[in-house]
Amino acid sequence: MVKVSSWGRLSAYQHDVHYLSTSQNLGRTSGLGIAYGMGRSYGDECLNPNGKLWNTTLLDNFISFDQATGVLRCQAGVQLLTINQLTIPRGWMLAVTPGTQFVTVGGAVANDVHGKNHHMYGSFGHHVLELTLQRTSGEIIICSQRSNKEWFEATVAGFGMTGVILEVALQLKNVDGPWLDTETIPFSNLTEFYQLSDASEKEWEYTVSWIDCTSKTGAKGLLMRGNNAKGIVKPQPKSKKLNVPFALPFSLVNQLSLKPFNTLYYHLNCLKQRKQVAHYESFFYPLDNIRNWNLIYGKKGFFQYQAAIPHHDRFDAVDAMLKQIAKVNMGSFLAVLKTFGNVKPAGLMSFPIHGATLALDFSNGDERTLKLFSSLDAIVREAKGRIYLAKDACMPKELFEEGYPRLQEFLAYRDAGISSALSRRLIGS
Amino acid sequence: MAKMKKIVVIGGTSGIAHACMRIWNQNAVEITLVVRDKDKGQLIADDLRVRNPNSIIDILETNFLDAKRVLSTVQTVESAGAPDIVLIAHGSLPDQQKCEENLDEAQAALVINGVSPVLFAEAFAKGMLKRDYGQLAVIGSVAGDRGRKSNYVYGSAKGLVARYVQGMQHRLAATNVKIVLIKPGPTLSPMTHHLASQGAKGLASPEEVADVIVNGMEKGKTVIYAPKKWKLIMLIIMHIPDFIFKKINI
Repeated sequence: MVKVSSWGRLSAYQHDVHYLSTSQNLGRTSGLGIAYGMGRSYGDECLNPNGKLWNTTLLDNFISFDQATGVLRCQAGVQLLTINQLTIPRGWMLAVTPGTQFVTVGGAVANDVHGKNHHMYGSFGHHVLELTLQRTSGEIIICSQRSNKEWFEATVAGFGMTGVILEVALQLKNVDGPWLDTETIPFSNLTEFYQLSDASEKEWEYTVSWIDCTSKTGAKGLLMRGNNAKGIVKPQPKSKKLNVPFALPFSLVNQLSLKPFNTLYYHLNCLKQRKQVAHYESFFYPLDNIRNWNLIYGKKGFFQYQAAIPHHDRFDAVDAMLKQIAKVNMGSFLAVLKTFGNVKPAGLMSFPIHGATLALDFSNGDERTLKLFSSLDAIVREAKGRIYLAKDACMPKELFEEGYPRLQEFLAYRDAGISSALSRRLIGS
Repeated sequence: MAKMKKIVVIGGTSGIAHACMRIWNQNAVEITLVVRDKDKGQLIADDLRVRNPNSIIDILETNFLDAKRVLSTVQTVESAGAPDIVLIAHGSLPDQQKCEENLDEAQAALVINGVSPVLFAEAFAKGMLKRDYGQLAVIGSVAGDRGRKSNYVYGSAKGLVARYVQGMQHRLAATNVKIVLIKPGPTLSPMTHHLASQGAKGLASPEEVADVIVNGMEKGKTVIYAPKKWKLIMLIIMHIPDFIFKKINI
């Protein structure tokens, strides 16, 4: 038994960890388990206290890559980092990438992760051509949009419940190199943000905003937008890797540090050059440069709260949430607001809905934090929004059921040999 | 264009060997994977081919236990071109208790981890000596440094390898053929992943171990501990007086 935590470090329970190898057969194992890749989901989705974890990180082989078509086939434990390093120099890039490249392909599929280009490219699952799934019975299911479609749609965003993903075939996107043309534009309230964001979506593939969650005078922030650049030849930037060596007993993100940091960050960026050529790593994965950044929240860990709000309520609900957060003076250095496009979801349980999504980190302040969450939950529920399972550690069951209306349909594909802390909390087993 | 480096790996599906090959493969190389199971070898070969389409990767399936097959395998490999580097990496971590209970288990463990690597090294050394060129690397183990009750069968096989390499280094001293003994500490790999499942802590990653090995080989070291901290740890373990050592439960 080994102590395992997820990225939020809210718990560290004993787990019976099994490293999956190429020839393994889940049919021969006993006891309920859940697949575990890089452990980058924030809450309890990848955990199974006192039960089994199937670690997929030794399943890290590439299988094939077609330089002409950009179709990559690999095992599920390959990290997005490794794919980027392999394919970007060859002119191909992940069509959709989340905010960290330290995740496995299997995890990216199981959460149907999204990136800054949802309005143009949808989510990760939209670019998956085929999946190989192993059920705990030992049965192998190969599925895609064309064959075994129902298994495909249940497994994409299926948070590991339908089986263990062994192999993935991905359609990559043609790019001219690692560079992006980017622009940073300040905004001083939500109305301005939505105007700016909507206007940007026509010509910019990537859009995302940082907002100052401490601002009581309206959501001021910075919109960053970018497009893959063409014809730029520049030396690779030197990597500036920082490391947080250990967790302090208390969180460095607190009422003393929050306001000055956010104010400073906003004003420094307002001064900076608006147009820049950025390397994909600094644009897509700014936090990957700080190893173990999750430790800054101290020994008690942290929550990430990420909700999606439907388009018709995207102003009022986000406004109400931000006001609620500013009122209790909690929040984080990194509050992210972005829009989701009108795209048919790739999976039955996919998170993105046409509208907006707000994501914030919160130090674990126990009761105080949970009280704030229940007030935010009320706003999300009222707006018919939903909470992202990859981030969730505590949403109420009812909110989950209302937020994910295709849940019953999805449950038909559940593997009875699989269970996680999250599934027990939200599905009851 | 310079001639591509030719690397032969015995036990090409070993986790540590695979990680070493991924490093060598960053430049176009010619690699021959000598394996017991062609299907498993295929997976490694495909991975290396995707990572560097300019490399040439071949697979050769053979029996590791039979001296005649070892010799004919080495001859087949050499007839296709003289290797610059030969990495002998195969092995199998036995269950110590089963070895104590069953002599067949003990024999199998001793042969695959001790006798077989030595036979391969001996066969490759011959050709290298003839050409007066080449680097042989044999994977031993920190377990071979001092016998311990928890895995002395495996340890003694690896101890055999260590003594063999030592003798070979003596024999090769006046030549341009180099032989290096690699002693990995416990490493997370297909061979050991059940240890991690049992809660073994501090297993090194294959990438970390391979980095130390490839660097050490480039520098022409004769013994490589990987990760490096094991050099100090084993120095201490080897010098613990017997009367204390016997009381330690390791």
